[in-house]
Amino acid sequence: MSSTEPGATALHVADLDVSYRVRGKDRQVLRGVTLEVARGESYGLVGESGCGKSTAALAIVRYLPRNGAVSAGSISVAGRDVLDLRGQKLREYRARTVSMVYQNPGAALNPSIRVGSQVAEAFTVLGVPGGDATDRARDALDRVQIADPGSVMRRYPHQLSGGMQQRALIAMALAKNPELLILDEPTTGLDATVEAEVLDLVSQLQAELHTSVLFISHNLGVISKMCSRVGVLYAGRLVEEGPVGTILRDPRHPYTVGLLRCIPRGGVRKDHGRLDTIPGFLPSLGAEITGCVFADRCALADDRCRAEEPRLDKITPVHASRCWHHDRAATLPRAEIADLELPAVDRAGAPLVELAQLSKVFKQRGHEVHALTEVSAAIWPGETLGLVGESGSGKTTLARTLLGIVPPTAGTALLEGGELPTRYQKRSREELRALQIVFQNPDSALNRRHSVRRILLRSLKKLAGVGGSVAETRMHDLVERVRLTERTLTQKPVQLSGGLKQRVAIARAFAGDPKLVVCDEPTSALDVSVQAAILNLLVELQAEKRVAYLFISHDLGVVRYISDRIAVLYLGRLQELGPADVVFEGPHHPYTEALLSAVPTVDGGGRDRIRLDGDIPSAASPPSGCVFHTRCPRKLGAVCEETEPPLVEVEAGHHMRCHIPLEELRRLQRAESQPMAPTA
Amino acid sequence: MTSVAAVSERSEARVARRERLRLLLRSPSFLIGAGVLLFWLTCALLGSRITPYDPIFDQTSDLSQRPSTEHWFGTDRLGRDVFSRVLAGSRDILLIAPAATLLATIFGTTLGLITGYFRGIADDTISRVIDAVLAIPLIVLAVTVVTSVGSRSAWAVTVVIAIVFSPIIARTVRAAVLGEAQLDYVEAARLRGERSHYVMFAEVLPNVMPPILVEATIRLGYAIFAVATLTFIGFGLQPPSPDWAVQISDNWQFLAEQWWTVLFPAIAIASLVVAVNLVSDSVQQVLER
Ligand SMILES: Nc1ncnc2c1ncn2[C@@H]1O[C@H](COP(=O)(O)OP(=O)(O)OP(=O)(O)O)[C@@H](O)[C@H]1O
Ligand code: SF4
Ligand code: SF4
Ligand SMILES: [Mg+2]
Repeated sequence: MSSTEPGATALHVADLDVSYRVRGKDRQVLRGVTLEVARGESYGLVGESGCGKSTAALAIVRYLPRNGAVSAGSISVAGRDVLDLRGQKLREYRARTVSMVYQNPGAALNPSIRVGSQVAEAFTVLGVPGGDATDRARDALDRVQIADPGSVMRRYPHQLSGGMQQRALIAMALAKNPELLILDEPTTGLDATVEAEVLDLVSQLQAELHTSVLFISHNLGVISKMCSRVGVLYAGRLVEEGPVGTILRDPRHPYTVGLLRCIPRGGVRKDHGRLDTIPGFLPSLGAEITGCVFADRCALADDRCRAEEPRLDKITPVHASRCWHHDRAATLPRAEIADLELPAVDRAGAPLVELAQLSKVFKQRGHEVHALTEVSAAIWPGETLGLVGESGSGKTTLARTLLGIVPPTAGTALLEGGELPTRYQKRSREELRALQIVFQNPDSALNRRHSVRRILLRSLKKLAGVGGSVAETRMHDLVERVRLTERTLTQKPVQLSGGLKQRVAIARAFAGDPKLVVCDEPTSALDVSVQAAILNLLVELQAEKRVAYLFISHDLGVVRYISDRIAVLYLGRLQELGPADVVFEGPHHPYTEALLSAVPTVDGGGRDRIRLDGDIPSAASPPSGCVFHTRCPRKLGAVCEETEPPLVEVEAGHHMRCHIPLEELRRLQRAESQPMAPTA
Repeated sequence: MTSVAAVSERSEARVARRERLRLLLRSPSFLIGAGVLLFWLTCALLGSRITPYDPIFDQTSDLSQRPSTEHWFGTDRLGRDVFSRVLAGSRDILLIAPAATLLATIFGTTLGLITGYFRGIADDTISRVIDAVLAIPLIVLAVTVVTSVGSRSAWAVTVVIAIVFSPIIARTVRAAVLGEAQLDYVEAARLRGERSHYVMFAEVLPNVMPPILVEATIRLGYAIFAVATLTFIGFGLQPPSPDWAVQISDNWQFLAEQWWTVLFPAIAIASLVVAVNLVSDSVQQVLER
């Protein structure tokens, strides 16, 4: 690891300080970062948003924004000092030596130029003549497994899916066969199955080309799949570094320990206990810190921690932690201890909400888009029904139909046995207050011109029908319930962090004592530590008020944690519905199986990954027979193409839509996980 | 759960506001524009109290005098002091143009909110009408309206310009509302049973104010121009008002013999239009930063 031979390292960063000048003051964001990526190695940089990951990447490619500057330290790529480069040398460096792939592929491509020209451009800057460049571009797209590169090259970026755009960018990044490839959250905006494909592609190309990779992500699961070594960044400080396996098994910094504990994994469920959280907030931009950067939030902090900055100490030759008490890191006390008594769900009684044969067809320029087809399900009081499926599978449409925002084409929704008007305008106050929603993006969900106080009082007035001092009392009660402070009331959303905003949105949904709250990806815009706190809050509210949730998420760990039952949608059809453990443990529907194996988890997979080929087919012309047959790895043959299997109750409470009988699925799925067992 | 981040963000919002004001005060184009505007506003307010002669009634025996130390901008055919008339001439236009802009903004904003929020048939119909109206040259439209209203009072001019400008403002507002109505807070409001007018005016409107303000300041510049043009062709303000356009309209036939009766009012109009544009440009720049 510590080779001094020049050229043996792809990237060497030493004592790097970077600061941004904001309102006349330099604010330090990277504090003495030292790291090294060996030739052909894949190094992961992990940390919550705002900790400086992208700043590090931008410093390395010399693309810091104008107000950013390297104030100390050195960076060298392939043995060459990067910070000294100017003019032509700098252009050469960016054109030939490093490549970077950004999080948002849409923004990185020029919307008005055809994809082919943009990829070819990556070759022409290297001096490849025009005609050759086009051929090379086609080969490059082929190499990143884009089907039919010829037609893709003629399209404009917006005509490609997110996964394809990201592949095109990877093709461009690899065109120059760079010494160092930096990937900054390359899959964050993508669906789980697409993410899995892109990650596979990157590992495969890396193995083939021996490219050195700096992989940046907030997701430890992704890092553990992609990288051999990992560095944990907190407030611009590298706090722990080591081989991925070691860091996951034996983390020695309290921040890493906390981060790992926040993630719902290993099949934990809400009735097993609450998730641990990391209390407090990241220090503000450029804060002066004496002592340990994590001291404010660390349960092990003592006077020494606050006075004296710990060094990055080697625990083993390859594993280092910046903590005075790294030997005690594993004993970090839990932040939340009180366990909850969750009320048992009584499914013998009447369901709270029933969806009966709901279908929704959108008419679009002559096409009929079948967003939902005959979906039936029930939700009982106090339970959580998790809803999973790839993007475009109809999850949001189902939720919006239940809420009355889009009227169904056929079928009905019932609330406590009574038929709900199909449009929210026709619903009574009772019906409106019974069904509320928490959105994915709290920035969009809260009016930026209204104070928290105004937001909550208005909801109390409209949903609970209270005003004056009664509303005031109820508002303070709500604020306390969702763990906000009174001070928040006078603030506007911009003044709050993402987690606090989501708490306000939850308080608003609970203003009228709802019976069911739709949660549409409520934590996917949040960091894992904040996500854990929000999930805990939702579970607490459920225990207290016996509210039911319809919980939509692409994060299967989260869905499993919070759900009592799970519904799996594919192309608008319910494929599987059953108790959470049964759906996750199997035997499961082939689609569920594929979804589960696509997700990179911190625990790693014992089982071979199943890859879903291609994109989800268009809902405007769904495949005949079983709609999943075009991608199903277990497809039987003609029967799957011709006859749509019915949704049958294969065992008590477990419904599935597949021609393969349950016992056969059990045998197949067990047989496949067998060979892995001895090596695991 | 007190948030360090939140505290700093809060003071940051305040700092950002102060920063915007500072940027504005440091921009030379804003300072010049605002200075000229302030000058004409003062003249309009004080009127004949600051003019050396009465702009309407002081008809000296010195007819059609060239500019001199006595009469800086000369006198017109009736012997009135052109300098006094130029100083006093800002009053009517500074009443009519802002009033017309305000009316147009109110009307256009309402139209824009309705079309952008409801979409569907209301939007299609109103938007077609707006497009049609916008296709007609402004002056032709204004003249048609003035003629059909049949009145040539200051009121008529105000209303005419408001009518002509509101579709333009409506279009800007509609575009802003279309984006805003996609946001989840609008859906949340509907799901708690809010009526449409509450959602439009209490929820959406405050969020589309910045583009409305920018558009209104731009329209103000055009409104000044429109009032002047209408007046010049005889459909706006009427003599003996000392209005600049009235002066030009009265005297342009005698341009060759007494250029000063046309040149000085024309410079005055230009200075006002330019001043308003300078202010609106710098406000826009600061808002959109
Ligand atoms: N208003 C609409 N008009 C036309 N088609 C629509 C509309 N809303 C949704 N669809 C289509 O319905 C299908 C289901 O969409 P939906 O948004 O419910 O999926 P989703 O699973 O929630 O996806 P994501 O995870 O990306 O939010 C898609 O094919 C989508 O294109
Ligand atoms: S040095 Fe102290 S405060 Fe910092 S992480 Fe270690 S125990 Fe916590
Ligand atoms: S019915 Fe056939 S194609 Fe469909 S999921 Fe089952 S095996 Fe796969
Ligand atoms: Mg969705």
